[in-house]
Amino acid sequence: MAKKKFGVHPYIPNSVPEVQTEMLREIGAGSVEELYASIPERLRLQKNMDLPEPLLSESELKKHVEALLSRNTSCREYLSFLGGGCWQHDVPAVCDEINQRSEFLTAYAGEPFEDHGRFQALFEYESLMGELLDMDVVNVPTYDGTQAASTSIRMAARITGRDHILVSDTLAPDKLLVIRNYCRSDLTIEGVRHCPVTGRLDLKDLRGKISKRTAAVYFENPSYLGCVDDQGEKISDLIHRAGGISIVGVDPISLGVIAPPSHYGADIACGDIQPLGIHMHFGGGHGGFIATRDEERFVREYPSRLFGIEETALQGEYGFGDVLYERTSFADRDKSKEFVGTAAALWGITAGVYLSLMGPKGMQEIGKTIMQKSQYAAKRLCEVRGLSLAFPDAVFFKELVIDFNKTGKSVKSINAALLREKIFGGMDLSEQFPEMGQAALFCVTEIHTKEEIDRLAESLKRILGTGRKVRAVNKGKRG
Amino acid sequence: MGMNMKTKLRRFHQATWDEPIIFELSRKGERGVLVPQAEKGIEDVVGDGLSKLPRKLRRKTPPQLPELSQMQVLKHYLRLSQENLGADLNVDIGQGTCTMKYSPKVNEQFVRSPKVSALHPLQDPSTVQGILEILYKTDLFLREISGMDRFTFQPASGSQAILAMASIAKAYHASRGESDQRDEIITTLFSHPSDAAAPAVLGYKVITIYHDESGLPDLEALKKAVSKRTAALFATNPEDTGIFNPRIDEFTKIVHQHGGLCTYDQANANGILGLTRAREAGFDMCFFNLHKTFSSPHGCGGPGCGAMGVTEGLSEFLPVPVVRFDGKKYILDYDVPLTIGKVRSFYGVVPAVLRAYAWMMSLGSEGLKEVARVAVLNNNYLLKKVKEIRGVGVPYAEGQHRIEQVRYSWETMTQETGVTTDDVTCRMADFGMHMWSSHHPFIVPQPFTLEPTESYAKAELDEYLAVLKEISDEAYLAPEMVKTAPHNSVTHRPRSMNLDHPDRWAITWRAYVKKCEKGLRKRIV
Repeated sequence: MAKKKFGVHPYIPNSVPEVQTEMLREIGAGSVEELYASIPERLRLQKNMDLPEPLLSESELKKHVEALLSRNTSCREYLSFLGGGCWQHDVPAVCDEINQRSEFLTAYAGEPFEDHGRFQALFEYESLMGELLDMDVVNVPTYDGTQAASTSIRMAARITGRDHILVSDTLAPDKLLVIRNYCRSDLTIEGVRHCPVTGRLDLKDLRGKISKRTAAVYFENPSYLGCVDDQGEKISDLIHRAGGISIVGVDPISLGVIAPPSHYGADIACGDIQPLGIHMHFGGGHGGFIATRDEERFVREYPSRLFGIEETALQGEYGFGDVLYERTSFADRDKSKEFVGTAAALWGITAGVYLSLMGPKGMQEIGKTIMQKSQYAAKRLCEVRGLSLAFPDAVFFKELVIDFNKTGKSVKSINAALLREKIFGGMDLSEQFPEMGQAALFCVTEIHTKEEIDRLAESLKRILGTGRKVRAVNKGKRG
Repeated sequence: MGMNMKTKLRRFHQATWDEPIIFELSRKGERGVLVPQAEKGIEDVVGDGLSKLPRKLRRKTPPQLPELSQMQVLKHYLRLSQENLGADLNVDIGQGTCTMKYSPKVNEQFVRSPKVSALHPLQDPSTVQGILEILYKTDLFLREISGMDRFTFQPASGSQAILAMASIAKAYHASRGESDQRDEIITTLFSHPSDAAAPAVLGYKVITIYHDESGLPDLEALKKAVSKRTAALFATNPEDTGIFNPRIDEFTKIVHQHGGLCTYDQANANGILGLTRAREAGFDMCFFNLHKTFSSPHGCGGPGCGAMGVTEGLSEFLPVPVVRFDGKKYILDYDVPLTIGKVRSFYGVVPAVLRAYAWMMSLGSEGLKEVARVAVLNNNYLLKKVKEIRGVGVPYAEGQHRIEQVRYSWETMTQETGVTTDDVTCRMADFGMHMWSSHHPFIVPQPFTLEPTESYAKAELDEYLAVLKEISDEAYLAPEMVKTAPHNSVTHRPRSMNLDHPDRWAITWRAYVKKCEKGLRKRIV
């Protein structure tokens, strides 16, 4: 008889004792314990795991988890201006509808014929991103934008056989930590200064630092601090003349209105797809893209899956398969190009749905709306006494740095006050970029209404003690 | 007509929609979603917003994305979803090593709540106490399960967790002034390829231990491989053969004697939950794939989570931030003295952690043990029955029970009929079943790997077995049926005409169209 240690559980069909007995009889074993004969006593856990009493019914489980989650306050409840690598955009309902489908959500690695849908959806993702980036090769997504940048850098190092990497010093400190760790054994990462007025890369500094050892320059457009850089062509020229590679990190949601990196000489474009129809998920909604021209020397260096369109045994039928599978760690363990495995496929499918819904017009319009709203926010915030743009001559997209130094208050205390008004203020930069003093990065997207932006400005006025009369246009609209 | 309950064979046909590539469905002018326009009050102040952009940075021609209305986009992707076979639909035990199990739907409701999905990672910690508590408690649970002292959820997969463990090994040896000297790692052939590939990214020379006749990693080979150059051991136990290595503690002892660290790839720990742990076996680090053992769905290949645990002595190397509890509130602490930095942005794939938390809360200590026990019961039941199928072999450990999976071989059948394991894979699809074609490294000839987890009912295992038997019978009696399969799947056998040829491969639709126009390859449709 199978010993009943635990009741029947809905997730474990064969927890039914009679079934266990029947199966053990078939096996010819007296107990499940016998099946563990190969695990010696000295390696056995000699105690019970100290875990909470289980909530066996779904009803109890819901109560418990929902009570915990109710202690969170989301960006739907409070007005949020947080960005800095994770952004609040609208997520079309169809994106959520598709990524919750059992067929996609619970699949893993079926064969090309039975998982044709996954292959096609990811091939289409590659293709849609290819249009957005105006490049012919895009990978099945890697973990996130930080990994995409790290791998782009290693690809450049392998292609050139060089070990020196120049990166803009406006990179997110977290991204730099990921890159440094990923390149810790063999690459030197050196920062390139930025112009304190425009936020653009300092070309003079760049010129001085490029050498015959330099594999690549990596900069971002827009930068982590929101600034757009129009020197892309010059930067690419400079590194090309030295025999290196130009890598540009880019926010894909900007590409309906801003020229993609391929238009100003970039060899590799990379970034994060989270803005494209994926919720923030407390930082869990990221996926990384890497795009290049369709040249063998680039394609050979990708570690990622690259799904290609292919024929099948039936004439006239689309099929898909891995391009240059032999590159990957599946095929060639430690001699492969980095490594590949589970990464962010479901988000890739989702981003494909998003771009299909948006179309060319949608991407143009969202870019325009974001430009307008972020510029409007800049105007309104700069009307608050003591506030100004940290990069007065910058052109920015979606994010902008506000200088709080003249307020005599710390961003920390101001954000605490904003929180009391149910506003998540801009991300505090005072520790990340101490040279800027008290400064914060505000993110404004298509979801922010004029009223909400006004509310932020009015709250800041109040908090900073410059509570002048509200402008006539906003009367009665204070949040 | 219903399924024949006697033969247990279904009359199956997967959806075939002949769905065009989305670009072929485009009709100029259609819109899938509309985007908010800036209010008049904004436009009055800033104008069109675009004229601020330097001319050369303005995109001159719009991206050539397809134009479709909303329902047509929905329909396209729903059709593609029907052309995919998820674990929720098939008896997904043929994808051994991947621990395909039930991902409870209630957990999907949790992660889709705006209380999770609409959280920004940089919100004030006072507004995310619920999710931080879940991260913290999941850490505590995994400590119990592994015997490790602290976990991070930052790695977004098993491979990234391996990278993190290799990074910690580097930083650890560097802190002792031995980084240059310790430039080798040791792994075993039956460990996941990433156990070799990820440390290699950090410059480690990889030494691979082969197995002896028993199928277990060769202890003598380890003794020869280990030296003062050894930085760490990267081992799996049980390996993909499902054979538990009872001398694993000798392996870790030997590596420790030479000053190396021992890391345990527990991507799949499904057969041993609550029975044996990383600590008792002498490991310094381990990781669990929350998208395998802990029920988070695979999502066609991510996002996942490689929850990585370390012993106290290595906790000062963990990636930042770590979640701590100060007695009153949960905090994100960046003060980790010798941190390796970061391996992924923010705190990892938080929804996967929430799902794992809810899954463990629904099972408790006894429930987790029952998961393991039933996974092992199912596996040994399957082993007994698969062995009875003509043409199947079971390499290694003759007569022994296995833990959670077995790597089988169709070698005999191939020799006798010419039907290969690839053929069987194709034919399985005709019955709505999956048998994975990936068994790296390909040591076992004509391999297939079955891992029945705890999620499948006996009747489902019997159904899978019936299909295997049917195909074996076909191989011996009517091999053409198998060799020309699949017949009832979405599409047919993939060819490999173009995938390795730079002139012809096409990784995007635009590349395909260009190459066809240039006459480099033929249009498929």
